[in-house]
Amino acid sequence: MSQMTGALDSKMDLLVVKNLKKYFPVKAGVFQRVVAHVQAVDDVSFAIKAGETLGLVGESGCGKTTIGRTILRLIEPTSGQAFFNGEDVFALKGDRLKAARRNMQIIFQDPYASLDPRVPIGDSVLEGLQIHQVGNKKDRYDLAREMLHKVGLEDFHARRYPHEFSGGQRQRIGIARALALRPKFIVCDEPVSALDVSIQSQVLNLLKDLQEEFELTYLFIAHNLSVVEHISDRVAVMYLGKMVELAARDELFLHPLHPYTRALMSAIPIPDPELKRERTILKGDVPSPLNPPRGCRFHPRCPIAVERCGQEEPPFLEHAPGHWAACWLAGK
Amino acid sequence: MAKTAQLDTSKHAEQRSPAREALHHLMRHRSARAGMVILGLLILMAIFAEVISPYDPTELLKDVKRREPPCIHILGCPADKPEHIFGTDGNSRDLFSRVVFGSRLSLQVGIITMFFAILIGLIIGAVAGFAGGWLDNLLMRFMDVLMAFPSLLLSIAIVSVLGIGLINALLAIGIVSIPRFARLVRSTVLSVKEMEYVQAARALGASPLHILFKRILPNAITPLIVQGTLGIATAILDAAALSFLGLGAEPPRPEWGLMLSEERNSIFSAPHLVFFPGLFIMLTVLGFNLLGDGLRDALDPRLSRSSAA
Repeated sequence: MSQMTGALDSKMDLLVVKNLKKYFPVKAGVFQRVVAHVQAVDDVSFAIKAGETLGLVGESGCGKTTIGRTILRLIEPTSGQAFFNGEDVFALKGDRLKAARRNMQIIFQDPYASLDPRVPIGDSVLEGLQIHQVGNKKDRYDLAREMLHKVGLEDFHARRYPHEFSGGQRQRIGIARALALRPKFIVCDEPVSALDVSIQSQVLNLLKDLQEEFELTYLFIAHNLSVVEHISDRVAVMYLGKMVELAARDELFLHPLHPYTRALMSAIPIPDPELKRERTILKGDVPSPLNPPRGCRFHPRCPIAVERCGQEEPPFLEHAPGHWAACWLAGK
Repeated sequence: MAKTAQLDTSKHAEQRSPAREALHHLMRHRSARAGMVILGLLILMAIFAEVISPYDPTELLKDVKRREPPCIHILGCPADKPEHIFGTDGNSRDLFSRVVFGSRLSLQVGIITMFFAILIGLIIGAVAGFAGGWLDNLLMRFMDVLMAFPSLLLSIAIVSVLGIGLINALLAIGIVSIPRFARLVRSTVLSVKEMEYVQAARALGASPLHILFKRILPNAITPLIVQGTLGIATAILDAAALSFLGLGAEPPRPEWGLMLSEERNSIFSAPHLVFFPGLFIMLTVLGFNLLGDGLRDALDPRLSRSSAA
């Protein structure tokens, strides 16, 4: 929604995404006719300020990952714009796109699939530096080695192959690869959800330390609210391709406006058996993004839905300073 | 103290590149070892054919009289002609020398045709899988057409168009084998293309060619090696079949299939004349198949990964 991005101070915004849509065509038959579209991301707008971490949460299949990958142009958007430092990323081509990629990197979810099994990890970290011809050969080696040290690995690790590392180590290698080019912005695509709980906090703290050191801006995608609460400055909640709520972290966790956000919060486990609380348990499954419900996409599962919810789509409005939500009943 | 221990393991671990690991698995695989022994002997035989064989394979031995077959030295041939281990064929040539030289021809046939087929199949498969869209459709439908014909029938047709001769037979067998490799490469390219490390390379700004050659193809090559090894066996068999039908190697050449064909009428009077070429065809094919099976197991990423973890 354009009124939202207008309200934010655009000077400080490192990334502004406007009306991003991504529909995946569904093909069928002998002639591969397009029979339907999966509305993975439908008209999403948000902005990220330089140096902040925007957490992006939602169930599987709600379009979080698609947003991250479209911003990096790993997936081509259907429509919309994304301004990075004032430059429309979606309009870039060739060398200018390549140059822009130096500033935007991604950390993947699966530490086993994100490293080439045939390449020693040192070479993986070097790859970006080689592609962009950073400095001379020695500079590149020094930079790569420095990155490995930053994520807690030693020189001798560089010649080893990915299968010789644990999941947490591999994830740190992925971080070193993403950071080797000294980007400004990083999409963290569920970077800890494939890791053991004991390793998760280690990787999260590493991400926080690196953010401080390199003044990074994160788009942190996750489905785990506790993780997002730990790392984010602001949090956006997505449901079925739509952004339903966006607020500063404390504001969101203390005063959630959208019933979906409240349902997610009540699903956070609390390690105290004595504590009783009200739980909102969502009934049914997420509807198919092939054919999303009319009106508010959440209304079939919403515990407080009224008649209007099934007919009109609620706009994404600012209900309190910096607190946006798309719900007819928000604030009532 | 702990530090040095760590460094020691690291030195050991540096040796464990995926290729080395696969080789290690291959050496431990029983049928692969058997295949390698058979093929090793055959290759030695082919290399040292001149040294091993007592006669020129195409030389007609004038002083040899036809004898009551079977007359094989290893079965106890009369003492006056001990030098013909496998006996002599219908044109009074030393069969042993011919079989030995035949190995040279057959291995060349297998390896050259497969090299040709893999190269073309790799290009077609990589282009189809990487480019996608209408190009993919066009190439793959053409491959489907090639695959729809029985391979021997198609190679006979190709030879009849190109003309009879060993080179044309090789070309025909090569062309017939292309679709298998193209399909294989295409499918692996399609699956590797979606891997996160390929996405990571794209995010780093790597060019499509860099991604194709540095990331996708090296990871798609493994199944190709396996199929190629098994394909050599088929190619040797097909080449022998074409020669047997008179469409491949031409008469004086010591080709195993041709030798079978020339002596097929004496199968009851002198069975050893078809037995030995046939036996060597079988051994070669068996060798490549055993090695191929072993390679498949050794290169299987699931197996090597589970044992490495």
